[in-house]
Amino acid sequence: MTVLAMKKTLDSPQQTEPKSEKAVVIIPPVIAVPPPAASRFADTGRWVVRILVPPVLGLVLFVLLWALISKGSEGLPGPHETWLSAVELFSDPFYVNGPNDQGIGWNILHSLERVGLGFGMAALIGIPLGFMIGRFAFFNGMTAPIISLLRPVSPLAWLPIGLLVFKEAQPAAVWVIFISSIWPIIINTAVGVTKVPQDYMNVARVLNLSEWKIFTKILFPAVLPYTLTGVRLGLGVAWLVIVAAEMLTGGVGIGFWVWYEWNNLNVAHIIIAIFVVGIIGLLLEQLLLLMARRFNYE
Amino acid sequence: MKYLQLEKVEMIFDTKRGRFHALRDINLSVEQGEFVSIIGHSGCGKSTLLNLVAGLILPSSGAMLCAGREIAGPGPERAMVFQNHSLLPWLTVYENVRLGVDKVFGATKNKQQRDEWTRENLALVHMEHALNKRPTEISGGMKQRVGIARALAMEPKLLLMDEPFGALDALTRASLQDSVMEIHGRLKNTVLMVTHDVDEAVLLSDRIIMMTNGPAATIGEILDIKLPRPRKRVELADDAAYNHHRAAVLKFLYQRQRRPEEAA
Repeated sequence: MTVLAMKKTLDSPQQTEPKSEKAVVIIPPVIAVPPPAASRFADTGRWVVRILVPPVLGLVLFVLLWALISKGSEGLPGPHETWLSAVELFSDPFYVNGPNDQGIGWNILHSLERVGLGFGMAALIGIPLGFMIGRFAFFNGMTAPIISLLRPVSPLAWLPIGLLVFKEAQPAAVWVIFISSIWPIIINTAVGVTKVPQDYMNVARVLNLSEWKIFTKILFPAVLPYTLTGVRLGLGVAWLVIVAAEMLTGGVGIGFWVWYEWNNLNVAHIIIAIFVVGIIGLLLEQLLLLMARRFNYE
Repeated sequence: MKYLQLEKVEMIFDTKRGRFHALRDINLSVEQGEFVSIIGHSGCGKSTLLNLVAGLILPSSGAMLCAGREIAGPGPERAMVFQNHSLLPWLTVYENVRLGVDKVFGATKNKQQRDEWTRENLALVHMEHALNKRPTEISGGMKQRVGIARALAMEPKLLLMDEPFGALDALTRASLQDSVMEIHGRLKNTVLMVTHDVDEAVLLSDRIIMMTNGPAATIGEILDIKLPRPRKRVELADDAAYNHHRAAVLKFLYQRQRRPEEAA
């Protein structure tokens, strides 16, 4: 490495360093080691600027804007007030004070349980259904009109049907989650089946594989990325819908909790609930993205 | 006995823009152990012809016999090496080959024998070092080697190859051609290969089927390559007979069957 190139790597990345002194010390004895160290330091610096600064800046601006608005409004608590309230709330998340007054932890867990139940059933039924629709044109023709008719219906329109059939609020809420999250799972799986490369199917035909082998060795792994996308969308919808469904059905849950705190005019708690719902939704999504990456073979 | 026999085979596709007459009046017979190449300009239906023999598509009319039996669909006795290797990306190299082995020899070989047979065939194409790699982790040439091993491991009576080396660079192609020649010399299997490479056709084949231009393409000429085996590409470069054959194919392709757009 020439001195000039060396100077360049030292110069450009860290302007704040007193470079003249450092350059003199480093250049004569060693040739290979210091420049990578310096550039690695610069790389971390550039990484921080590119990856970390924009989102942090955005969040700071968001909080500032929130503080500004809350100053001008009467009922809306500011960031500081909300933070204090959250600290208090999360210091005892699992208290039970009667059926309508329980800790935030219980509310979150109950909501997750409903979503898990409804969404789990949707996956259990939706994935095989999607495979059948994608694989057999006749079945596709049979189900296509029903799916296109029912898919655009707002999730909450299903609630009365659930209440009527199950005669109880809890299974009705699970039913709403089920019916609203099943569509993306079915549709993505079915599309995935039709997108399986013809080459792979030709391999199956030349090998004369049985329908079961075709499913386990070719269809299932080839469709899995599509199915996981459907599952991710479905879970997103389920988590969106749960708040609304619980507001209507009651019981312990994050949605009902929002409604309960609205009746208490405890707006700070409502804001906390919004953050909690957002953060949990984000975590679920990341979890599924991680899973999808594991099964992507391209 | 003729091993593979096609008589008056016609292929007409019903497309959205109407009927397309791809192949007409194909008459062809292949002897056991013969290496036959099909060459022609793109769009002349040579891949269609191979797909017909593979049973992936059925002819509009005509008769196709393989080992005395009508070709009614695909089967492992007519294994195919696909143009783009078509390995399953979620299976390892070993598992890709084993899939076919299990299917063909599930009843006749026990587990250990099938394992050995899989390894043996991968060794045949010099891929025994990458048994547990996935297709995305190996080079294009290696993938095509595995594709060949998968086909060979099914012990096909007829090995079909659809431009097997088309997507490879020249050096890799040459080394794979040598491998195929070596394997063919050892196993004496019957091979039908589609290619658009004149040198490849002359070097590997016992006979070259030259196709006329489509639509309604047919066999224009059949050239016997009477070069002694084993063949060495470097020695053949100066061989008069080799260059004579080569010139004959070139003449057919570029004088008698010039592409319509070039002739105009």
